[in-house]
Amino acid sequence: MYDSPSLETKVTDKAIKIAAQNVQVFYGDTHAIKDVNVQIQDKTVTAFIGPSGCGKSTFLRCLNRMNDTIDICRVEGDILLDGEDIYDKRVDPVQLRAKVGMVFQKPNPFPKSIYDNIAYGPRIHGLAKSKADLDEIVEKSLRRGAIWDEVKDRLHAPGTGLSGGQQQRLCIARAVATEPEVLLMDEPCSALDPIATGQVEELIDELRDSYSVVIVTHSMQQAARVSQKTAFFHLGNLVEYGETSQIFTNPVDSRTESYITGRIG
Amino acid sequence: MTDATASGVPAGKHTSGSLLEQSPRTKRRNASEARFRFYGMAAVGIGLVFLVLLLIAIVRNGVPAYTQTFLSLPIELKAEALDKNGNRDLEDIRKVSTFGYNPLLDEALLRVVADNGIESDYSGADLRKMISSSAAAQVRDYVLTHPAQIGETVEFRVLASSRVDGYLKGRVLREDLERDKNLDAAHLDIIDVLKDAGAVTRTFNWAFIFGADASESRPEQAGIGVSMLGSLFMMIVVLVLSLPIGVAASIYLEEFAPKNRWTDLIEVNISNLAAVPSIVFGILGLAVFIQFMHLPQSAPLVGGLVLTLMTLPTIIISTRASLKSVPPSIRDAALGVGASKMQSVFHHVLPLAMPGILTGTIIGLAQALGETAPLLLIGMVGYIASNYPDGVASGFLDPNSAMPAQIYEWAKRADPAYYERAWGGIIILLLFLMTMNIIAVILRRRFERRW
Repeated sequence: MYDSPSLETKVTDKAIKIAAQNVQVFYGDTHAIKDVNVQIQDKTVTAFIGPSGCGKSTFLRCLNRMNDTIDICRVEGDILLDGEDIYDKRVDPVQLRAKVGMVFQKPNPFPKSIYDNIAYGPRIHGLAKSKADLDEIVEKSLRRGAIWDEVKDRLHAPGTGLSGGQQQRLCIARAVATEPEVLLMDEPCSALDPIATGQVEELIDELRDSYSVVIVTHSMQQAARVSQKTAFFHLGNLVEYGETSQIFTNPVDSRTESYITGRIG
Repeated sequence: MTDATASGVPAGKHTSGSLLEQSPRTKRRNASEARFRFYGMAAVGIGLVFLVLLLIAIVRNGVPAYTQTFLSLPIELKAEALDKNGNRDLEDIRKVSTFGYNPLLDEALLRVVADNGIESDYSGADLRKMISSSAAAQVRDYVLTHPAQIGETVEFRVLASSRVDGYLKGRVLREDLERDKNLDAAHLDIIDVLKDAGAVTRTFNWAFIFGADASESRPEQAGIGVSMLGSLFMMIVVLVLSLPIGVAASIYLEEFAPKNRWTDLIEVNISNLAAVPSIVFGILGLAVFIQFMHLPQSAPLVGGLVLTLMTLPTIIISTRASLKSVPPSIRDAALGVGASKMQSVFHHVLPLAMPGILTGTIIGLAQALGETAPLLLIGMVGYIASNYPDGVASGFLDPNSAMPAQIYEWAKRADPAYYERAWGGIIILLLFLMTMNIIAVILRRRFERRW
């Protein structure tokens, strides 16, 4: 464990949501993730940072088994969600993904109406008993996604017609609509302009009240702005994990310091 | 040609000199580009010229098949010839074969010739060479359906013989008739007079589009309608079988199947199947469907099965291509909100791939519609001379022909009148293919990618 004693006690008393133990990931013969141990807290924003190709996205995709869709990918070790191993044979990845929602790098709304984009998840999971129920879920989700006011008059317009930032917030609202417990975000702002980025970051901060949010980001400033915990990945290793303020001001590992000061990556 | 560096211009000169004048190197590059453009335009031009020539040839040769020459003939339906007992009993009337009608036709022809003031020493049988041998059957059919008309004089529009028809279309010349046993120049003189008198007319020939094939000696009677029906039945079989099988196979291979040596092998073989000559499918169909499974010969069902084998690779390849072109982000999005693999495919990927799938299917069908060689091998060249519904061309298991096979049959026959009909059939076939391709284009436009 690279976890260092934290300087602030404010966030450490929260429950552990996801615990990863000795996780290894292989792409064919490539050892992409090496022996990662990390404990992700509930109601916290955890940022994964690191240079390109360091495995942070790969590790994120292990948390809701999105890597299952890649044939050559193999995951070893244990990842426990609320104490249950998500790689257990009995776990259906579909059920897992309903609990662990995901937002992707590029906004990817379905080429359907805004309403249908949000309603799709609740529909397939049977969360709404009636049309009125569904309407309520859609409104609630869009409000959570901080996009309700912009789209409430055109819920039946195509979701692909929105601007990039709106699309990404729509995707967040879509992820929220299935009532997940964890929200994974894979560089959610990398395709957005600074204004849209600001809106999404603000939203992420609000989402912290209800979910455990894990965000992969290229931008150290973003990690510093939105996260309470930060994990630094380098060449497939989890180099350092701790309070964001501590990682950025007083890193323990020399590699972390080199990366933060811009000497590597 | 495009690589100017290969030429022997000394290097290092481009830094100096005015921008307002082209360096020799630039000139050379521009000249080579201009040359290439010219080659490209020439290639396109040659292609266009051939296309135009083809279209002109088809229209010039094929359009005459759509008109046909008729002779108006008032025929006295004599009771003593048609109903000897005089009791109008249908059984008795039926006993008179078409031969029994020939004297009536002869008489009517002689009268028409005399009425128009033509001097001719032809007998009635000689004059009968001017009209189609289908005329007697036409009159007999009329009498059988209208027995009450016996004894009256009825005006018939009988088909002129193919020689007369060809003469009026400019296909048969007087010189040609010197060696012709069927018709003499004197016949043509009679036709000229009758034409001026309005008894011989050329009108649009619906029977060519909707009619059945006719015997070798009656090209004027032949139509493509029945083989169109055969093609339709085959296309139904092809569509019903190849669309679901093809789409299911592609979805499985593209979305669900593991990528290993077996699926690679299958993939390569599907691509290879698309390139297998159609006649190979024909002999396969002959061996499997007819000789082994004992399905009837000449049946649209067998034709459809063979064409399905041919169309499947086309549909699978185009379906896989359109599934592949759906961005993976859509699949991720669906999986990310907890959709199962199948839900993500059927709710999101398939609808987006639909225009491509439909286009591929229609192109595949169009290909199958024009396919001839395998049909020859399984006997889809049935000679059907009677029209639906009393004919045999009524179902999937009844003998039939198909449009391209019918065209091939016509082109094979000796009479030049059949050659004309082969071209006419080509026009219909091309119209069908064009319609299908236009539908494919419209579908593509209508469901243009929306992401």
